[in-house]
Amino acid sequence: MKISENWLRTLVDPRISRDELAHQLTMSGIEVEGIAPVAPHFEKVVVAKVLSVEKHPDADRLNVCSVDAGLPEPLQIVCGAPNVAQGVIVPCALIGAVLPGIEIREAKVRGVKSFGMLCSAKELGIEPALDGLLLLPNDAPVGMDFRKYHDLDDTVFELKLTPNRADCLSVLGVAREISAMTGAPIARPEGSNVESACQDRVEVTVDVPHACPLYLGRVIRGVNMAFPTPEWMARRLVRSGIRTRNIAVDVTNYVMLELGQPLHAYDLDKLSGGISVRFARESENILLLNGENLELSQKQLVISDAQGAIALAGIMGGEGSSVSDSTRDIFLEAAFFDPAVMAKARVPNLSTDASYRFERGVDFGMTRKAMERATELILVMAGGAAGPVSGEGAALPERNPIRLRLARAKRILGIDLAMDSVAALLERLAIDFSIEGEVFSVVPPSYRFDLKIEEDLVEEVARLHGYDNITGVRPASVMTMLPAPESEREVSVLRKLMVGRGYFEAISYAFVDVSWEADFCANQNPIALRNPIASQMSVMRGSLLGGLVDCLNFNLNRKQSRIRVFETGACFHRLESGYGQKEMLAGLCYGSALPEQWGTATRSVDFFDVKSDIEALFSPFDIAFEAAIHPALHPGRSAAVFLDGDRVGVVGELHPKWVQKYDLPKAPVLFEIELDALSKREIPAFTEISKFPPVRRDLAVVVEEKICAQAVLDVCRSVLRGQKVELFDVYRGQGVETGRKSLAFGITMQDAQKTLLDAEVDAMILQLIEALEKRFDSKLRV
Amino acid sequence: MQNLDTLLNQALDDLNGITDPVELEQAKARYLGKGGAVTEMLRGLGKLDPDARREAGAAINKVKERLESALSCRREAIQAARLEKQLAEEALDVTLPGRGQGMGGIHPVTRTLERIQGIFHSIGFSTVSGPEIETDFFNFTALNIPEDHPARAMHDTFYLDEGHLLRTHTSPIQIHYMMENTPPVKIIAPGRVYRVDSDATHSPMFHQVEGLWVDEEVNFTHLKGVVSDFLQRFFERETLKVRFRPSFFPFTEPSAEIDMGCVFCEGAGCRVCSHTGWLEVGGCGMVHPNVLAHVGWDSEKYLGFAFGMGLDRLAMLKYGVNDLRLFFANDIRFLNQFN
Repeated sequence: MKISENWLRTLVDPRISRDELAHQLTMSGIEVEGIAPVAPHFEKVVVAKVLSVEKHPDADRLNVCSVDAGLPEPLQIVCGAPNVAQGVIVPCALIGAVLPGIEIREAKVRGVKSFGMLCSAKELGIEPALDGLLLLPNDAPVGMDFRKYHDLDDTVFELKLTPNRADCLSVLGVAREISAMTGAPIARPEGSNVESACQDRVEVTVDVPHACPLYLGRVIRGVNMAFPTPEWMARRLVRSGIRTRNIAVDVTNYVMLELGQPLHAYDLDKLSGGISVRFARESENILLLNGENLELSQKQLVISDAQGAIALAGIMGGEGSSVSDSTRDIFLEAAFFDPAVMAKARVPNLSTDASYRFERGVDFGMTRKAMERATELILVMAGGAAGPVSGEGAALPERNPIRLRLARAKRILGIDLAMDSVAALLERLAIDFSIEGEVFSVVPPSYRFDLKIEEDLVEEVARLHGYDNITGVRPASVMTMLPAPESEREVSVLRKLMVGRGYFEAISYAFVDVSWEADFCANQNPIALRNPIASQMSVMRGSLLGGLVDCLNFNLNRKQSRIRVFETGACFHRLESGYGQKEMLAGLCYGSALPEQWGTATRSVDFFDVKSDIEALFSPFDIAFEAAIHPALHPGRSAAVFLDGDRVGVVGELHPKWVQKYDLPKAPVLFEIELDALSKREIPAFTEISKFPPVRRDLAVVVEEKICAQAVLDVCRSVLRGQKVELFDVYRGQGVETGRKSLAFGITMQDAQKTLLDAEVDAMILQLIEALEKRFDSKLRV
Repeated sequence: MQNLDTLLNQALDDLNGITDPVELEQAKARYLGKGGAVTEMLRGLGKLDPDARREAGAAINKVKERLESALSCRREAIQAARLEKQLAEEALDVTLPGRGQGMGGIHPVTRTLERIQGIFHSIGFSTVSGPEIETDFFNFTALNIPEDHPARAMHDTFYLDEGHLLRTHTSPIQIHYMMENTPPVKIIAPGRVYRVDSDATHSPMFHQVEGLWVDEEVNFTHLKGVVSDFLQRFFERETLKVRFRPSFFPFTEPSAEIDMGCVFCEGAGCRVCSHTGWLEVGGCGMVHPNVLAHVGWDSEKYLGFAFGMGLDRLAMLKYGVNDLRLFFANDIRFLNQFN
């Protein structure tokens, strides 16, 4: 909310500097987000009258003017503005004046002397878009300092109000707060009751008193809409960010800014019959003031006449009943609508100054006074005769006393407080209270919708005491050690492991393009956001792979050639009811297997490099890899990862069709694993180290190409129970027939109890060779 | 004996010139081996009378000893020279770069989170987490934000369907945790949160860390103490100023905005702090009785405080990152600055 400092100071003037005032407001919870002067600094600019205008002898577009600037003699000033004319009153910069960007000196313009400058709003820096001389009203006093005349030594405070402080959505409300903080007295601008000068009234029926506990209306006849809004009022409106329209609308806006009560003026001639306040009928329509034709629902509260809805109550008036320049008689409305009802009646993308206030709570103790204030202003400025106030007040919100125990306040705040000091703070808020023992009974005023429970009052006490005056204390507490389960691994450990293997951690958005879900998860029914901010962020990810491919593309476009990234994060899927989310760890490798370096042949990273990263992640657990099909991956170059028989992840090359579609020069290798599977850890159990020498035998077997290495290894390990078997070579070519391959194993055998004899070793190897032959039809390679 | 001296000199000259170990052994054979010059001389002793034999024998043995010691000296010298040569030949250019995989790096937001966890774990807070797709109840209702409350407008929420949404803050984790546990609780809850907002200072997805301590005597001064201490530890500035400013959150009462002295201008006023000298880093307050009531805890018996801070913002301030969007672009050149 924007608020003029000068306006504010007419209600309360604590005699502190602008910065101090802003600081105190901020520290009371009314954050001053910005302080902007209404005009840049300039001086020696006065109100002046153009006495005569003559064409410049040597320049078509220039005029030579004689100007009365309140000095003993008229000034000769050369002026190029097209709207200069005899008799106009304009701001005039005198010799020596400093305007934004220019200093005014005595000058010769095309041979004619000029002793000053007639100014536009743009030249003065008030209104950047307004060219042409700034024409002032005829009654502007010639010779007066223009800054004073236009009240330019003012600043606009931009206030950031929290939703609980609706009471500060007015100049009076902010003034009340300043008065509470500083103790400065406050002037109250609310109007006194206006005597009726006519007896006309409009019949008002409130059908829904719970939604509209108070509705006041008044007829004002014979208003002259041709009268301009006075400068001072227009200025205050503009500085509050509200455009001026006509005298009736400007007064209602002005009183809303001043007192916080939204008002509405209807053209009386356009009303037919009495007025009622009711909920809208299903598919009832209204053409609003902003030109929008709105179809209403039964949640919406309307003001209606005999013909139908004439206003969306507390939000916006209807076009059909609005006041215009030709309006003579008006019907003025001041009402209190229930905040909860107003919140339910909210229309998407239609927040107005009125609805904003009603949703948060308008001071129902002010409704009548605001009606009188607006009437008074209209009568003074545009004439007319006011009728009596009609309407009804039903059950206004109850103001039940709230209990505030001194002990509770002390316990919550942790500071020492005395009864009299708390009483003094409440008095500064001008709140009614009584005391019994060490308990206050506080009646919240009609403008404080945020005071409901004891804690709300504790906050008031703390706020007025000053948060700055509450010193932080390091808590003393019972020291309990945190559990340290060794069989679990923190995700931070996994991250460090990945970093140690050359991966960078990425963080991608959890909402992705719908095509990623189709491509990388084969998910045709993704979890869609109802209100995405962009189409490429419209569905929840079922996999981290899309984000990593996107990251690859981003970096390739920035001339990076080797990319290793990983990410941990939640992936989402549908459940029978609701949604499931699983934390995953995914990685992507692209480019050379090792960073560019000397003495190592460069080769591209492949499936097996990444497989070893996965093995390292799971170490010391043995995991199994089985060829598998995954929508994101090359069907011949991808595997599922198994831990204890459970499928916990996938690894493989990106499918060639996605390599093409996502415009990648080569296929990256990707993997994705459930984080839960990686979070387990075995607590080591010591086993005796054998004192007897190990025996090493190498064994190469030739098998058909289609036989998986893992299957052969599994047989080796099961036959040799507990002995170490490593595959160290795969060979195809000379000496091995086409369609077959040679697998070479290094076998290290050792016994914990004795030295193995050659004969024992030979027997075991023989047993293994036979087992392999039987299972795989393998032949020993010699 | 003239003969013996000549032989010794000749032999010593001979040995000194040898650089090859094989030649040295051949030279040894030439003098001391079977049929060698010295051996021959010793053999010739038999022809002498006993006195002369003793005298000559002693002289020859002396020569033999001299030669043997010269030989071993020479042997060592040759070995030393060869080692010297080998070492010279094997010398590396140790300035060549090391080989291997190289290191990756942790994301700056994660790095920040891990530091924060470390700091809070040091005073007994444990880390908990919760779901990112939330229900209306956990994200709003249980946190004292009823339907149609204007505070819901403060949270520009992504909705999935009636009742499901992307959590707009980490506070629902408080509710889950309190429902599943009994007081006292002392937790931090970091995580990703989502709001309909996107520009240089807002991202539709960002990170928060939530803190909650509920016990019988936890008060507002403790909240201020813990938050101040944390910020001073995190920014490693003992003199960092921290102030609380009255604010509003539906789930705390009293509530406060947390400001800290600008770490860039030390409070003098700069662009980052909008010339106020202060930076807003989070919100906090005493847990609202309605929140405790939602989880069935007695607010007359238990008091608690809660706070929430933006992880991304803390990371930006700590490392001087000037655009929030960099955190989610995953530019390797950016990530590489945090390894």
